[in-house]
Amino acid sequence: MIAVIGLLAGVVIGFALQPDVPLWLQPYLPIAIVASLDAMFGGLRARLEGVFDEKVFVVSFVSNTIVAALIVFVGDRLGVGSQLTTGVVVVLGIRIFTNLAAIRRRLFRA
Amino acid sequence: MSTSENDDDTRPEREEPAAPDAPDATDAPNERPTLGALLRPRLNGGQLLVGLLCLVVGFAVATQVESGRGDAKFATARQDELVGVLDDLAQRSDRLRQDLANLQSTKAQLERDTKGDTALQEARDRAWTYGVLAGTVPVAGPGIELTIVDPQGRVDAGVLLDTLQELRDAGAEVIQVNEVRLIVSSHFTDAGGAVRLDGRALRAPYRFRVIGDPDTLATALDIPGGVTETLRGLGATGVATKYPKLTVSAVREAPGPGPTGSAGGGG
Repeated sequence: MIAVIGLLAGVVIGFALQPDVPLWLQPYLPIAIVASLDAMFGGLRARLEGVFDEKVFVVSFVSNTIVAALIVFVGDRLGVGSQLTTGVVVVLGIRIFTNLAAIRRRLFRA
Repeated sequence: MSTSENDDDTRPEREEPAAPDAPDATDAPNERPTLGALLRPRLNGGQLLVGLLCLVVGFAVATQVESGRGDAKFATARQDELVGVLDDLAQRSDRLRQDLANLQSTKAQLERDTKGDTALQEARDRAWTYGVLAGTVPVAGPGIELTIVDPQGRVDAGVLLDTLQELRDAGAEVIQVNEVRLIVSSHFTDAGGAVRLDGRALRAPYRFRVIGDPDTLATALDIPGGVTETLRGLGATGVATKYPKLTVSAVREAPGPGPTGSAGGGG
C-alpha cells in the first residue's frame, strides 16, 4: 500500500515539477529506471510468494540500479555503450517478464 | 513488525487468518494471496523505505517521460546517429543558403528596378518640362504681369510679337496672353483691325502673364528703345507688375498622336 502510494506520489510530483534531467545523468536515467522497475516487479513477486524482505528489496533495488547505470557508463567509455545498453535492457526485460509471469500465476493461478 | 501483525489480525477483509506475510516461504504455496492482502498497509521502517524507493522510481519515470517529450531524440542518440543528423542539417543548411543567395539576387534585381523607378521619375520630370513648353499643364512661379492698355488701337500684331520676343529674350518660361497660352508655334495675326493669337481674337487691354525672373523681365521691358518706350510712342501704356508667385492657368490640349508636323510653325 505504501509502495503504491509512493509510486503514485512520485509520478505526480515528477509531472508537477517537471525537473530537467541533468546532462550527466541523461544517458543513465532510462536504464536505471528499467532496472528499478525490474526490482519493483521482483519485490512484488517475492511479496506474493511470501518471501518478501524489505532489506533484500532495498539492497537489490539500489544495487540493480547502480549496476545498470555503471554498465552503461563503462560501455560508453569503451565505445560499446549502445550495445551494452541494449543488452542490459534485454536482460532486464526478460527478468521483468519472468517476474510478471510468476505474479500472474500467483494472482490468477494461470 | 509485531504491531503490524496485530493490525493484520484485526482486519475484517482478511480471508485466511494464517498470516502469509511473514518471511516464511514454507506455507506460501498453499495460500492464495489476494489483492486486498497485498494492499494492506504495514507501517514500519522497511515499508516506508520501500515506499520511498517507489516514489523515487515514479519520480524518475515521470521526469524521463517529461524530458523525453522534448528532445530525447538527441539525448539518447549515439555518435553515428548524431553524425547522420548533423549531415542532414548541413545539407539543409546548404539548401537554405542557396535559397538565400537566390533571394538576395532577386532583391538586387528589385533594387535595380528601384533605380528604374528613379528613371521613371526623371521621365516624369521631363514630361512635365515638355508639358510646360507645350502648354499642356498649368504653371505657377515668380513672374510679372504686363498690362498693355491701348486706347488708340494702334498696337498691332507686330508690336505684340516684339513684346513677346523681348520677354523670351529676358528668360520668360511660360507666357499667357489674356486667356491664351503661348506655345512654340503661337502666332499673332492682324485681322481687320483686331489682333488674333493662334486664331483667337485678342481684345485690349492685353495682359501678359509671364513666369520668369521678375526683375530681369521688368528691366528688359524698360530698356531704352524697348517695349515700354515703343508702346509709349504708339500712345499706349505698358505696366509691368512683379509677383513673387504667379499662376499661368491657361492650358492647351495636347495634340493627339497624329502627324506632328503641324506644330512646326513659327511663333
